[in-house]
Amino acid sequence: MEIEQVRALFPGLDAQVYGKPLVYFDNAATSQRPLSVVRAFEESSLHANANLHRAVHCLAETATRAYEDTRDAVRAFIGAAHREEIIFTAGTTAAVNLLAFSFGEAFVGEGDEIIVTEAEHHSNLVPWQLLCLRKKAVLKVLPVDDSGHLRVDLLPALLTDRTRLLAVAQVSNVLGLAAPLPQIIRAAHARGCAVFVDGAQGIVHDGVDVQALDCDFYAFSGHKMYAATGTGVLYGKKKWLEAMPPYQSGGEMIGTVRWDGTTFAPLPAKFEAGTQNINGVPTLVPAIEMFRLLSDGALREYAGRVSDRLAEGLAARGDIHLYGTPSAPGEKIPLYSFTVEGVHHEDLALVLDKMGFAVRSGQMCAEPLMDRFGVTGMVRVSLLPYNTMEEVERFLDALDVAVTMLRG
Amino acid sequence: MQTIEERKQEVIDDFSMYDEWLDKYEYLIEKGRLLPPFPEGEKTEDKLIKGCQSRVWLDCSLRDGRLYFTADSDAIITRGIISLLIGVYSGATPAEIAADDFAFVDTIGLRQNLSPTRAGGLASMIETIRRVAREHVEGKEDE
Repeated sequence: MEIEQVRALFPGLDAQVYGKPLVYFDNAATSQRPLSVVRAFEESSLHANANLHRAVHCLAETATRAYEDTRDAVRAFIGAAHREEIIFTAGTTAAVNLLAFSFGEAFVGEGDEIIVTEAEHHSNLVPWQLLCLRKKAVLKVLPVDDSGHLRVDLLPALLTDRTRLLAVAQVSNVLGLAAPLPQIIRAAHARGCAVFVDGAQGIVHDGVDVQALDCDFYAFSGHKMYAATGTGVLYGKKKWLEAMPPYQSGGEMIGTVRWDGTTFAPLPAKFEAGTQNINGVPTLVPAIEMFRLLSDGALREYAGRVSDRLAEGLAARGDIHLYGTPSAPGEKIPLYSFTVEGVHHEDLALVLDKMGFAVRSGQMCAEPLMDRFGVTGMVRVSLLPYNTMEEVERFLDALDVAVTMLRG
Repeated sequence: MQTIEERKQEVIDDFSMYDEWLDKYEYLIEKGRLLPPFPEGEKTEDKLIKGCQSRVWLDCSLRDGRLYFTADSDAIITRGIISLLIGVYSGATPAEIAADDFAFVDTIGLRQNLSPTRAGGLASMIETIRRVAREHVEGKEDE
């Protein structure tokens, strides 16, 4: 498959902004959607728009089948052992909040410890902070070094018999570096500590096999991997999920409701309160198909060259500071956060926007990491396999123009 | 001395010379560059305008019944924007500023052509200038 054919599958890429062709480099925030995903949403909205499971009518049956088939597809996609280990959520943030609450209720008490890393997105940090406040537990932080790598050497000393859970991103949304998950998970498990992996950035580039990885929990968002917004998944090992109390209540998550007490539905319904995202969830199926299509060898090879060219082009400028320096090939996803000497990140993003380039600027929901590197913000460019060499070349030229304009 | 309205018209005329927003940004950058920087020691928390993603400091003094503003920012386009605002409102009386509708920022399309976060920042800058003016108006009534 050629890159032009790939782009034709994503009609949103063929857009003009301010009369200039759009170059979309903010993929780490939201990926563009393929027509197959748009069609699946439309199909569900038009022909299967009914509440799931309970009603006996035909439309409900069609909708239920699409929703539950998606659960099977996700199970296979991430390599989970059981379909009931797949909980649909509104996204990664919703998944972490669910986990922090329900895991916390069941397993975290006063004086217990939770570990997060310095490179976490606020969504994998604040819910744990709140849990620790609620339970009078202790939040510990695994730092990163100057190159952006996690100080895994410090982990054994950080883990104690009171450490209940370690939360870590598969790939940092700022640094783009993949965490050494097998090593982290082994170390944590050796001390009886559960591990949650935030796959929001990692899944669309590296995929995941939760059983091979042996993580206890894993979450990802649909909208960062081609699916509709408001979709997401929390995976958890059955033994944990079964022992955890519900997070939200009402709707189908109940067993029986009596004035003297309520029982809850078995997994996965126990954690899916209220009306599910009936039209959004089925878009995960074509999204997964798109992931597989774009994992094709020749496309991967091309994407690798595009990413390398961008890295080279940025590194060649003496006035750019890049954060997250890989120490091994394949360690960094095509995501580059940087600062330019004498240029404010927001100014740069604003000027690039008017030139047609969508990039991200600011603190990227990782304020502690910004503090760690002593900056008020960064500019981030993040690619997906539909981005082209030509776009990267145009970006590097535009960057020259923008920096000259801003610096005067 | 020019009135607020005359100074607004000057900005509107300046902006209308450029068709492309990239050129309008160039104009704002130039304005930002010409704004005298705050001394480091005066960039204090109480002068910081809340709600801006880039940091903006604003100070003002009252002389002969007129308000004079000074400002700074760590981002150059924001410096240009705040420079443009204080260029229009510096030297006016508190009552004039408090009664103004600040609609010229919409006339020149500034609000619409900023990112949502920047537009929020612009609103905070306007709100701060307005609040300062109102406080002076009310302060006078109290006397």
